[in-house]
Amino acid sequence: MAIPPTLITLLVGMVLVLTGLWVGQNVQLLPLDASANAPVYDSLFQVLFSIGTILFLGIAGLLVFSLVRFRRRRGDRSDGVAIEGNLPMEIVWTAIPAIVVLFVGIYSYDIYERMGGMTPLNDHGAMHGMAMASDSSAAADGGTQQARVWAGIGQAGSAGALPVELTAMQFAFIFHYPEGDITSGELHIPANRPVELRMKANDVIHAFWVPQFRLKQDVIPGQQTVLTFTATKPGSYPIVCAELCGPYHGGMRSTVVVHESDAFDAWLTKNTPAPATVASAPLHPTA
Amino acid sequence: MTSLAPGSGPTDLQAESAPPSLPETVLDEAQRGETHADGHAAHPDLRLFGLATFLVADGMTFAGFFAAYLTFRAVNPLPEGSSYELELLLPTINTVLLVLSSVTFHRAGSNLRDGNGSGCRSWLLGTGVLGAAFLAGQMVEYFNLPFGLTDNLFASTFYALTGFHGLHVTLGVICILIVWAQARPGGRINQQDHFGLEAAELYWHFVDGIWVVLYGILYLL
Amino acid sequence: MTLASPSDFEPQGLQPQGWLKYLSFSLDHKVIGLQYLVTGFVFYLIGGALAGVIRTELASPISDFVSRETYNEVLTLHGTVMIFLWIVPVVNGAFGNYLIPFYVGARDMAFPRLNAVAFWLIPPAGILLISSYFIAGGAAQSGWTAYPPLSLTTPALGQVIWILSVLLLGGSSIFGGINFIATIWKLRRPGLKMMQLPMYCWAMLGTSILVVLSTPVLAGTLILLSFDIIAHTGFFNPALGGNVVVYQHLFWFYSHPAVYIMVLPAFGLVSEILPIHARKPLFGYTTMVYSILGIVVLGLIVWAHHMFTSGTPPWMRLFFTIATSFIAVPTGIKFFNWLATLWGGKLALNSAMLFSCAFIVNFVFGGITGVALAQVPFDIHVHDTYFVVGHFHYIVYGGTVFIIFASVYHWYPKFTGRMLNEDLGRLHFLLTFIGFNLCFAPQHWLGLNGMPRRVAEYDPAFTTLNQVSSIGALLMAISTLPFLINVVWSAFRGEVAGDNPWNALTPEWLTTSPPPVENWPGEAPLVTHPYGYGIPEGQLDLKVTTGRELWTGGRR
Ligand code: HEM
Ligand SMILES: [Cu+2]
Ligand SMILES: [Cu+2]
Repeated sequence: MAIPPTLITLLVGMVLVLTGLWVGQNVQLLPLDASANAPVYDSLFQVLFSIGTILFLGIAGLLVFSLVRFRRRRGDRSDGVAIEGNLPMEIVWTAIPAIVVLFVGIYSYDIYERMGGMTPLNDHGAMHGMAMASDSSAAADGGTQQARVWAGIGQAGSAGALPVELTAMQFAFIFHYPEGDITSGELHIPANRPVELRMKANDVIHAFWVPQFRLKQDVIPGQQTVLTFTATKPGSYPIVCAELCGPYHGGMRSTVVVHESDAFDAWLTKNTPAPATVASAPLHPTA
Repeated sequence: MTSLAPGSGPTDLQAESAPPSLPETVLDEAQRGETHADGHAAHPDLRLFGLATFLVADGMTFAGFFAAYLTFRAVNPLPEGSSYELELLLPTINTVLLVLSSVTFHRAGSNLRDGNGSGCRSWLLGTGVLGAAFLAGQMVEYFNLPFGLTDNLFASTFYALTGFHGLHVTLGVICILIVWAQARPGGRINQQDHFGLEAAELYWHFVDGIWVVLYGILYLL
Repeated sequence: MTLASPSDFEPQGLQPQGWLKYLSFSLDHKVIGLQYLVTGFVFYLIGGALAGVIRTELASPISDFVSRETYNEVLTLHGTVMIFLWIVPVVNGAFGNYLIPFYVGARDMAFPRLNAVAFWLIPPAGILLISSYFIAGGAAQSGWTAYPPLSLTTPALGQVIWILSVLLLGGSSIFGGINFIATIWKLRRPGLKMMQLPMYCWAMLGTSILVVLSTPVLAGTLILLSFDIIAHTGFFNPALGGNVVVYQHLFWFYSHPAVYIMVLPAFGLVSEILPIHARKPLFGYTTMVYSILGIVVLGLIVWAHHMFTSGTPPWMRLFFTIATSFIAVPTGIKFFNWLATLWGGKLALNSAMLFSCAFIVNFVFGGITGVALAQVPFDIHVHDTYFVVGHFHYIVYGGTVFIIFASVYHWYPKFTGRMLNEDLGRLHFLLTFIGFNLCFAPQHWLGLNGMPRRVAEYDPAFTTLNQVSSIGALLMAISTLPFLINVVWSAFRGEVAGDNPWNALTPEWLTTSPPPVENWPGEAPLVTHPYGYGIPEGQLDLKVTTGRELWTGGRR
C-alpha cells in the first residue's frame, strides 16, 4: 500500500522536530551552572542546540537521502530533469532562515538583557563605582581616564555588591579587596551576593573567564572594565585566561572559591591584615 | 566547434540517450562574427579601469586611517598640555595650491587632446611646480610644528596621515615629470596615445580629493 | 586602442617551454593558475606540518613537546600560512586564474603582466615568513591576529617580518582582485551577458570587491602597527595613550571579509561541480547571484562579532549580532539551492561529488555554530575557546579545503589531459572526512567546558578528547598520501581523459585538454546556458505519472 508522500514528509518533519527538542533538553554539553546568569545562558543554549540539531539533521538527512536515492545506476547515461528554479520555493527557504534568525536574535537579545549586558556603563552608577576604585587605578593611566568605564557586563555600582579589584598581568590574576585590604591570588566570594569585579591589565590583554559562570570579559590595558555577577553554588571553579598573552598563557589560571555567606565573612576577617601587613591568602606562582 | 566530440573518460555519458544533455543553444552561431576576424584576444584598453579600481583600494587605506583618527579623537583624551589645534594659514594655502593644480592638470589634458602639445607641456610643468610647492609647504609646516612623531597620539596620527598623503603627492610629482618628458614632440605621449597622461591625471585628482577630506578632518574639525 | 594578446608577449624561444614554463614569469593565465595551485599546496604541507606540531603538543596536558615560545611561533605561522599562503591564493588565485578567462570567453586575464607579478609576490613573501622562524628571537608569537600590545612586546624582528610578509601577500591579493574585476566586468566575449556567466564568475566578482575594499585597511593597520614597533609611536600602545580596540576594529574590518574571501570562491566552485555531476541545471541561478551580492554587502558590516568581549558598547553588540545573524539568510539560500540541484539528478558519486557533498555537511555544521556565535550572550562564554577553533575549521577546512580537493578531482583532467584514479580518490575522501570530524568535532565540547584556545597546556580533565583530536589530525595527515600519489602517478599513467570527460557545458571543457595557449583552437565559444543540462520538462514522458518515475526518467 502506498503512503502519500506529503504524509511521509510531515511525519519525517515531526520526528525531526521532536528529535531536536529532545536533544536540546537531554544532551548536556555544558559544565555546572554556578552563577545567577548561567541558567539563563543554558536556556539560550538549549534553544540554539535544538534549532541547530533540527536544521543539521534535516539538511544532512536530505543530502544523504538524495545521494542514495538519486545516485546514477550503472548503465544509466541520461540526464536529470531540467528544472532551473522555482521562485515560490526559493522564497520559502529565504523566509524560513530569516524568521528563525529573527527569532533567535530577539530571544538572545532578551537573554542578554537579563544577563545585564545592555546596561549602559557610563551612567552615574558606573562612574560612582569607579570613583571608589580610582585611587588604585590612577597610577596606571596617568590620571586621565578614571572617569570612563569601558563596557562590561552587569549593573555596575549595584547596591550591596562586593567590590573586588582585579589586576591581570603576565601571567597571573591578582585580586584585591578594598573592603579589608586583602590581596589574593585566588578569588573568594560569597554565594548569592553580587560581586563587582573592577578589572585592569598591566601589560597586555588578558581575559577573565569562569566557564561555570558562563562569563568572560577581556581585561584591556588602558581601559577600566567592570563585570558584575552573582555566584550561586558554593565550590571551587577555575579562572582561565582566554586571550593569548604570551608564552605562559596556558598556565595563566586561578581559582574562584564560592563560600556560603558566613564562611566568606569568616574568610574575610581571618585574612584581613593586621594594620600594615600584606597578603595572606596563598599567592599563586606565576608559572 | 569540434570540441564537443565524445570524451573518453570513465564516466562518459555520451550514448544513445544523450541528445537532450547537450542543447543546441550552447553555441550561438549568430554571435560568432563579433570577435575579431583573426580570432585573437585583442581587447579594449582596461588600464584606466584597473587604475581606478586600484585607487578605490588606496582610498580605503585612507578611509581606515581617517576612521582610526576619528575614533582616537572621540575616545582617547590627550595628555595635559597638548591639543588638536593646528596652525591654519599654511595648510590653507597648500589646499588652494593643490586644488589649483587639479585645474591645471585638466587644462594640460584638454590641450593635448586638442593637439596643442606645447600648451600641454606648459600646463604640466605648472602642475608639477604647484605639486612641488605643496610639498615644500608641507615641509615648512613639519619643521614648525610644536610636536614630534611620538609626542602623543594626535601627533602620531597627524604625521601618519599627512606623511602617507605626502608620499602620494611625491609619487604624483614624479609621474608628472615623466609624463612631461614623454609628451615632448616625438615622445611616447601624443594626441592619439595619451594613456600615461590620463592615468597620471586620474591619480592626481584622487590625491587632491583625499587632501580635501584630510584637510577637513584634520585641520578644520 | 587594443592590447596585445599573451602570445605577443611570449615570443617563442624566449619564454621557456615545457615544464620549465611553470618556473618562469609566464603570462599565460593557465600557467599562473597552476603556479598558484602548486605553490599553495607546498605551503599547505608546511602549514600542515606546523599543525602536526600543535596537535602533538596538545596530546598531553603539559607543555612538553616544544618550548612555550616555539609553540606560539608555530601557532602564529600555522594560521598565517594556511590563510594567506594556502586558502586565499589557491581558491582565488589558482582556480580564478585558470577558469575565469575561459568563463568570460577571453584568451587571458585583463592584465597578464600584473597577474604574473601578483603570483611572484607570493613565494618570496612565504619564504620570508617561514625563514623568520630561524632568526634570532624567532618568528612572530602573537597569533595570526597580532593583537597589540602583545605584538608590541614579543620579539620585534619576527613581528616586523610577519607584517612585511602579510603586506606583500595583501598586495598580491589586491592586484589579483583588480584583475578579476576588470576581467569579469569588462572582458566578456561580445554577446555574453552578466547573467549568463557561470556562478564562479559571480563568486569571484564578489570576492574581489571584498578584497579591494577591505585588504587596504589591513595594510594601513599593519603599517601603523609597525610604526608602533619600530618608531615607538603609540597608536595601539595603551602605555603611550593609544587604543588597542581600534586595532581590533581595523583588523576585523579586513579579517571578517577575509573569511568570505576564503569561502565565496568555494561557493562558486561547488556551483560549477554539482550541476555537472548531477546532470541537472544549477537551481535558482538568479537567487544565487543575489545571495552572493547580499553576502558581500553584509560581510562588510559584521566585523565586530569578533570583539564581543573587547569592551564594545552595548548598541554595537546588538547591531553586530543582528547583522551577523542575517548573513545566514543569503548563505542558507545557497545551500537550499544546491540541495535542490541534487534533488532528482543523476548523481555520479565520484570523488569530486563526494568532497562537494561533504562540504555541504561540514559547512552547514559550521554555519550553525556560527549563528550561535553571533549571539552575544552565547559568544561571551565561548569566545577565544576551542569552540571557535572548531567553528572556523568546520568552515575553512570542512568547507573550503574540501572544495579545493573536489575541484582538483574535477579539473585535473582539464589541467593534465588525464583522469585521477577514482579508488585512490575515494580513499582520500574517506580518510579526510573521518580524520577531519574526529579532529574538530570534539573541540566544540572542549571549548564549552573550559579549554581556551592558543594554549600549550591545559586542564588534565580534557586529555582524552584532545588525544582523539590529535588522532584525527594524524588521519588527516595520512590522507594526503593517497592524494599525492594519485596526483603524481596520474600525471604520467592516468587514464587519458579526452577533451570533455564529464560532458560538461562550461567553456573550459569546450577545448582540448590541456587547452592551447590561447584557450581555444578556434574562436571562443559563446556559452549562454552554462547549466543547460537535463531533459527539458516538455520532453518528459507524460505517461509516467509518479514522481519516482519522473526522477528516474521512467526507467525504473
Ligand atoms: C553563517 C555564517 C557565519 C557566522 C554567523 C559566523 C560567525 C562567527 C563569529 C560570531 C565568530 C567570532 C567567534 C569568536 O571569536 O568569539 C566567528 C569566528 C570565525 N569565523 Fe565565522 N561565521 C560564519 C561563517 C564563517 C565563514 C564562512 C568563515 C570562513 C570561511 C568563518 C571563519 C571564521 C574564523 C576564521 C573565525 C575565527 C577568527 C579568529 O578569532 O581567529 N566563519 N564566526
Ligand atoms: Cu593572560
Ligand atoms: Cu567574522
